[in-house]
Amino acid sequence: MSAPTVSLVEYDEAVARFDPVIGIEVHVELGTRTKMFDSAPQTFGAEPNTAVSPVSLGLPGALPVVNGTAVEYAIRIGLALNCQIAERCRFARKNYFYPDVPKNFQTSQYDEPIAFDGYLDVELEDGTVFRVEIERAHMEEDAGKNTHVGGSTGRIHGAEYSLVDYNRAGIPLVEIVTRPITGAGTRAPEVARAYVQALRDIFRTLGVSEARMERGNVRADVNLSLRPTPQSPLGTRTETKNVNSFRSVERAVRYEVSRQAAILAGGGTVVQETRHWHEDTGITTPGRVKSDAEDYRYFPEPDLVPVAPSREWVEAIRASLPELPGDRRRRLTDEWGYSEPEMRDVLNAGALDLIEATVAAGATPAAARKWWMGELARTAKQREVDLADLPVTPAQVGELQGLVDAGRINDKLARQVLEGVLDGEGSPEQVLVARGLEVVSDDGALLAAIDDVLAAQPDVADRIRGGKLQAVGAIVGGVMKATRGQADAGRVRELILSRLGVEG
Amino acid sequence: MSATDLTRLTAADLAGRLAAGEVSSVEATQAHLDRIAAVDGAVHAFLHVDAEGALATARDVDARRAAGEDLHALAGVPIAVKDIVVTRGLPTTAGSRILEGWLPPYDATITTRLREAGLPILGKTNMDEFAMGSSTEHSAFGNTHNPWDLDRIPGGSGGGSAAAVAAYEAPLAIGTDTGGSIRQPGAVTGTVGVKPTYGGVSRYGLIALASSLDQAGPVTRTVLDSALLHEVIGGHDPRDSTSIPEPLPALVDAARRGASGDLTGVRVGVVTELGGEGYQAGVRARFEESLELLRGAGAEIVEVSCPHFTYALGAYYLILPSEASSNLAKFDGMRFGLRVEPTDGPATAERVMAATRGAGFGDEVKRRIILGTYALSAGYYDAYYGSAQKVRTLIQRDFAAAFAQADVLVSPTAPTTAFRLGEKLDDPLAMYLNDVATIPANLAGVPGMSVPNGLSDDGLPVGLQILAPAKADDRLYRVGAALETLLEKTWGAPLLSRAPELETA
Repeated sequence: MSAPTVSLVEYDEAVARFDPVIGIEVHVELGTRTKMFDSAPQTFGAEPNTAVSPVSLGLPGALPVVNGTAVEYAIRIGLALNCQIAERCRFARKNYFYPDVPKNFQTSQYDEPIAFDGYLDVELEDGTVFRVEIERAHMEEDAGKNTHVGGSTGRIHGAEYSLVDYNRAGIPLVEIVTRPITGAGTRAPEVARAYVQALRDIFRTLGVSEARMERGNVRADVNLSLRPTPQSPLGTRTETKNVNSFRSVERAVRYEVSRQAAILAGGGTVVQETRHWHEDTGITTPGRVKSDAEDYRYFPEPDLVPVAPSREWVEAIRASLPELPGDRRRRLTDEWGYSEPEMRDVLNAGALDLIEATVAAGATPAAARKWWMGELARTAKQREVDLADLPVTPAQVGELQGLVDAGRINDKLARQVLEGVLDGEGSPEQVLVARGLEVVSDDGALLAAIDDVLAAQPDVADRIRGGKLQAVGAIVGGVMKATRGQADAGRVRELILSRLGVEG
Repeated sequence: MSATDLTRLTAADLAGRLAAGEVSSVEATQAHLDRIAAVDGAVHAFLHVDAEGALATARDVDARRAAGEDLHALAGVPIAVKDIVVTRGLPTTAGSRILEGWLPPYDATITTRLREAGLPILGKTNMDEFAMGSSTEHSAFGNTHNPWDLDRIPGGSGGGSAAAVAAYEAPLAIGTDTGGSIRQPGAVTGTVGVKPTYGGVSRYGLIALASSLDQAGPVTRTVLDSALLHEVIGGHDPRDSTSIPEPLPALVDAARRGASGDLTGVRVGVVTELGGEGYQAGVRARFEESLELLRGAGAEIVEVSCPHFTYALGAYYLILPSEASSNLAKFDGMRFGLRVEPTDGPATAERVMAATRGAGFGDEVKRRIILGTYALSAGYYDAYYGSAQKVRTLIQRDFAAAFAQADVLVSPTAPTTAFRLGEKLDDPLAMYLNDVATIPANLAGVPGMSVPNGLSDDGLPVGLQILAPAKADDRLYRVGAALETLLEKTWGAPLLSRAPELETA
């Protein structure tokens, strides 16, 4: 099947002519022990159709019961997104026939979401903060998973038969829907990406989901429309389904901007439809046309009673919320005295947690940043691993800095100690001892070395006595050489001056 | 005591004799299995008989009794279960082709409670397909015949359970009532049937017709037996979110108290809208006589009006099909039950679903699925489903106002006695009217009971319906038992003793 030719307009030209408006629906699978409406366990990678019960298989007679932990997680998400939490809300049935939906209806929420009217401040790479308004966050259950066997594409067309695994059916989901995101202009793709990334970080911080994109724990549908100017009414939108990585979110927005711009520039009209995202080619292709959208015949789920979270409970959840990533970033920037660009580098390097732990182990924020963003960042780059995967712990970095601060090693020696730690020779202390790298701090030993050097260079000694203090460097260099760099240069200088009876 | 005599005992009597060691559960169970073998060819109350399973339970109960174990009061008393209740390892069809051959891998909560109490399950009883009907003629597996006149319907949808009890094939049975499916069969077969308060008996494992209306309950020959069975199956179940958390009121106590025949101080409301025109003369006459008996027992009879009951049937036939259209969506040939592949063209999932549902569902089921799908459609929702829910609220208010004036409400259970098989099969509206008096209770979630209160001019049984406020099921038992006592005093024997003897095979 050859793809039909699609004309595109260069992105820069497209956004110069049109104002993009995005809307994003993010589904997150909640990491509860059991499913949304039954006691079947949630397990990833189990044998097909083993993590099921009469409820998640939709057997005749089975009834749903709401998972209280899932409701709590949904409230946590709602609160983290600055939403109102409904005093009373109901589930609804979304009716449609498809084999991966065991009851042929999905139990979801329709006009009564658990959380609504919120926002999320999203930080872009250059530090700009962009506010995304949240329309609602509602609870629902996931569908099973279809596998189409036979045929070449893995898609249903051309397949000989299809298999359904209901292990995923009934896993709790929260769907977060934004209001139309306007005003992003040329940065729309970046805003979309940053928003999804910020949500992922929040899910992890809240502990409501492992939020692993590659496992499909977080899935995004990206809506996009163009309009001639920011003052024009909203244009016709497309919805690109299952865009499941941060990079793809950005690419999908860019692609749709280019594609729709070409249509509009050519005097055509955008078809309101669902589109598929192709990770490999970076394009979208048409799916269902939405104008004859299915009628889901929503009605309140009669098998469930309304969910009515008490205000006391909601406040208790609010009080127990961990510090959110954005707040933490702002607080640490402040506490550590980093500049905005410094903090951004730290974040981009994935070093925030490492530095925080290193500071907790006793290093100053400046020293911690110096190690992680300097020597260790270089090593990670060389070894092509993430910083966090280097074989050194923040505690060890803290210990290393402690040795420097105690004057037992200098910076140069510290780098050698670190090298030993990274090579698996043990803790900084162990490496230091094993490699014999300790600074010579025994004044007696140093004085002996100093006397040797002074005796070898009497003319220099005289010049120092004569007040030419800059000449001390030559003697210090000689002593450092004699002690193979294991002396504290500052102490050596002091001792030389006192030996020669000169005021430093 | 002969085997025939064992089948004529009430459940309470049989339980007493079992406890006293006068008879074994195996004997009692076998006597009922023999009776089924003798008469069910003519009655066809059962879709499936599980002699082996019932006797195994009976033997187990006898052994435990012999070992001195403390057993449930009804342990060893056999029971029939409507085929809409899921029973592990026992076929469960809900009267539909689409579930033919399905062996459930789990038990309904009701089934679990029956098993735990040690009641041998004789088998599964016939019903209108997915409980849609008032005559059991919509069963995919043949008609059930009314033991009073085999040419007549046993009521529906639970005609099988009512006929089984009326024909002495079982002392107890389980029914389900969405708009009258326990009470109306009770009325036309001369048996007692109770629809508990919505949420009073777990719905977990009942194949859903209309989730907001369905309720399982007892089908028996006496009011006391219903109370005993109700206490076995009722009470909170965490698997059913709509289950009432509070414990049941004391039902057996209420039945025993009522059996004294004294109703001094009880206010009995007669609902103006549930009587008069459209009700058979004999039905009306027996109702008036029963009121006199209640008055004689010290009850105060008051007239109450529930003006919105007039709209109940209309609202019911929007809410029920709407919920049913969604509940029945799961029957698609993909996971269980019938699977039909289209004879021409590709066997895509959608085409298999369509072929399966086309072949597996009967006409009445299709009619209601189409009605419900339409009523929930975008653009029609507010006018149909939305309006029906408003009517429902008004009916609930009518009940609240009526119960401010009366402790219980009464009416004839059904407008007529049992009609002839086939008589109303081509006229759905005439069929729907059978439930005109029973439907309001389901819409409001209040409990109701039908007690046999005589024979109409055609010699067929009629029933009196008692309604009580939600969670006050005990009132049904008190008033029902009192009426039963008073009526039997005038008759000199239970009404069923006047039913013709069935020929035995």
